[in-house]
Amino acid sequence: MLAAARKHLRGRTGAASDRRAERTLGALGVAVMALIGAMVVTVLVKAWPSFSANGLSWFGPGGEVDTELRHMREGIPLPGHGQLYFRAWPLIWGTLITTLFAVALGLLVSTLAAVFLTEFAPARLRRALEPVIRLLAGVPSVIYGLVGILAIAPWINEHLLSNARKQSVIYVVQLNGANLTTGTVILMVMIVPIMIAITANALSAVPNSWREGSVALGVNRWRTIWRVSLRTAWPAIAAGTVLATARALGEAVMLAMVSGGRAFGANPLDGLTFFYEPVRPIAAQIFQESEGLTIPAVKHTVYALGAVLLVSATLLSFAGWAAKQPMKRYGINP
Amino acid sequence: MAGATAPVSPPGAAIRPPRERVSSWPLVDRIFYGLCWATGIGLCLIAVWIVLFMLSKGISNLSLHLLVTSPAASLHQTQSGGFKDPLIGTFIVAAIGIVIAAPLGVAIAAWLVEFGRPAWLARAVESSIEMLAGTPSVVLALFALIIFSQGFLSFLSQGAAHGALGLSFFNAGITMSLLALPLIVAVTREALQQLPARMREASLALGKTRATTTRHVLLPAIRPSIASGVVLGMGRIIGDTAIITLVLGVSLTNEPVGHTPVVGYLRGTGSTLTSYIYNNSPAGDGNSHEKAYAAAFVLLMIVLALNALATRLAGGGQAGTDNGRRRVRNTLLAYARGGATS
Repeated sequence: MLAAARKHLRGRTGAASDRRAERTLGALGVAVMALIGAMVVTVLVKAWPSFSANGLSWFGPGGEVDTELRHMREGIPLPGHGQLYFRAWPLIWGTLITTLFAVALGLLVSTLAAVFLTEFAPARLRRALEPVIRLLAGVPSVIYGLVGILAIAPWINEHLLSNARKQSVIYVVQLNGANLTTGTVILMVMIVPIMIAITANALSAVPNSWREGSVALGVNRWRTIWRVSLRTAWPAIAAGTVLATARALGEAVMLAMVSGGRAFGANPLDGLTFFYEPVRPIAAQIFQESEGLTIPAVKHTVYALGAVLLVSATLLSFAGWAAKQPMKRYGINP
Repeated sequence: MAGATAPVSPPGAAIRPPRERVSSWPLVDRIFYGLCWATGIGLCLIAVWIVLFMLSKGISNLSLHLLVTSPAASLHQTQSGGFKDPLIGTFIVAAIGIVIAAPLGVAIAAWLVEFGRPAWLARAVESSIEMLAGTPSVVLALFALIIFSQGFLSFLSQGAAHGALGLSFFNAGITMSLLALPLIVAVTREALQQLPARMREASLALGKTRATTTRHVLLPAIRPSIASGVVLGMGRIIGDTAIITLVLGVSLTNEPVGHTPVVGYLRGTGSTLTSYIYNNSPAGDGNSHEKAYAAAFVLLMIVLALNALATRLAGGGQAGTDNGRRRVRNTLLAYARGGATS
C-alpha cells in the first residue's frame, strides 16, 4: 500500500522524466561509443585488401615507398609484383625513431621542468611558466611546421650540416635542413607541455608529510624529490609519457613539413649522418597522399597505414590506463 | 584528538627548510638543480622566441589588403590574392564543430558522472572517449571520408560518380566535432567531479530529481569550466590541418554548391587558415613565404586569444587567487588528457 503510494508520488514528482533524461544522455554516450567502434571496423575493412595482398611482408622492408605509391597512382604495377605491392618498413621505421627520440628527450625535459615548476621556481617565475606551457600546448602544429621549415631547417642546413657530410651520402639521399633532428626536436617541444602538466600535477599530489619526513632526516631537497616525490609520481609520469607517445605518433602536418621531402628510412649505420637524414613517419605519409585517395590501390594502402596508426593508438590508450593504476594504491588519483 | 594532529601545510606548497643552501649539496645534485633551472628558463625562451619570431614576420608581411581579398591562382605574389576565404572557412568549421561537440560533450560527461549506470557501460563509454582522444586526426579524417562518401549523405556535400564527393564544410565541421569532443568531456567531467557533494545532497533533499539537479544546479555551477573547455576545443579545431586537407578538399576559394544561400556554401569545398599556411609553405604547392607568415600570424593571434579567454574563464574571475589558479591548472590537465591528436 505504502509502496504503491510512494511509487505513485515518485511518478508525480518527475522520476519518469528523470529516467527519460538518464536514458537520453546514456544513449548519446552509447552512440558515440558505437561510432568509434564503427571507425575501427571501417578503417580495418578498407585496409584489408592491402594487408591480404602483401601478407606479413607488408610490415617488412623491400623497395622505395615513393616508387611503390607512384606506380599505384599511375596504375602500372611494379614489374613482377601485384598492383597492391607495398612495403611499409621505411615509414614504420620513421615513425618509431621520431616518436622514440622525441618521447625520450621529452621525458627528460618534462620531468626536470615539472620539478622546477613545483619545487624550485620562485613564485613569480612559476606564474610566468604556467602560461608559457599553455602557449606551447596551444600553438597549432602547422605553425610549428612553418617555423621549422622556414627558420630552423635553413639554420641547420647552414651551420650544422657540413658539405663533407652531404657528399658522403650524395648517391643515396640528398641532405638538407629538413631531417630527423629538426622533426624530433620540434616534436619534443610539441609533446612536452602535456607531459609537464601531468607530471607537475602528480608531483603536487604527493603528500607533504612524506617529503617533510625525508627532509627532516637531513636529506636535501633534490634527493627528496628524486627518492620520494618522483618515485611516488612514477605511474603518472608513465601515463603522461604514453599520452605524449600517442600524440607524437599521430603528428602528421608538422612532420610532413620538416622531416624531409622523401620517404626515406634514415640509416643508423651512417653514424652521425643518421641524424641529418630525412625520415617520413606514417601519419605524414597519409597526410601527403590525400590527393591520391580516389585511386583504389592508393586508397587501400593509405587505409592500411591508417589502421596501423589506429591500432597503435588504441594499444597506447590501454597502456595509459594500466600505467595509472599503481598510483591509486597510495590513494592518489592522478 | 585534534591536538594530536600536527598542522598540515597546504598540498603543493614547496618545502623550504631554513638555512638549506644549494652550494652545500653534492655535485650531482647541484648539476640536476642547474638542469631544472635550465629547462624551465629554456622553455620560456622557446615560447618567447616563437611569439617574437611570428610577431616580427607577421607584422612585416601582413596588410589589411590580405585580409579582404580572396586567394587567386597566380605565379606572381602580387596577384595571388589574400586569405579572406580561408579566414571565413576557419570560423565556419570551428562553429559547426563546436555546435555539435559542446552539447554532446556536456551531455556525455553529465551522464558519466551523475548517472553512470550500468557501471560497465559507463566504463566502456569512458574508455572509448579516451580512445578517441588518442586517435590521430588523420585517421579520423580517413574514417570521415568513407562515411561521407556514401550516397545517402550526399546532401552534406555534393554528388559524385559513386556516392558523394564527401568534401564540404559540413563534413569537415562534423569531423572536427570528434576532435573537440574528448576535450569537452574531460573538462566537464573533471569539473563535475570536483563539485562538493553537498550541492547534490541539498538539491536532492529538496525533492528535486537527479535530472533537474544536474540541469539546474550542477551544470550552472560549472559553467566557467564548460566555457573554457569549449574555447579550448575551438582552439584545437582551428589548429587542425589534417582533417581540413582530407575532408574539406583544399580548393583555393570557398566554392558553394547550388544556389541555396547558406546551405549551398556549407555544402561546398573550401580552405581554412591552416591549409592555406600549409599550401603556401615550401612543403605545399603555392610556396609563398610572405603569405604563409601573414596567415600564420593571424592564426596564432586567434589561438592565443582563445587560450587567454579559456584561462580567464577557467579562473572564473578570480584568476589571481589560489582557487582560480587551481582551476586553470585543472583545465590544462584536462586539455592534456582530452586530446592527444594534432
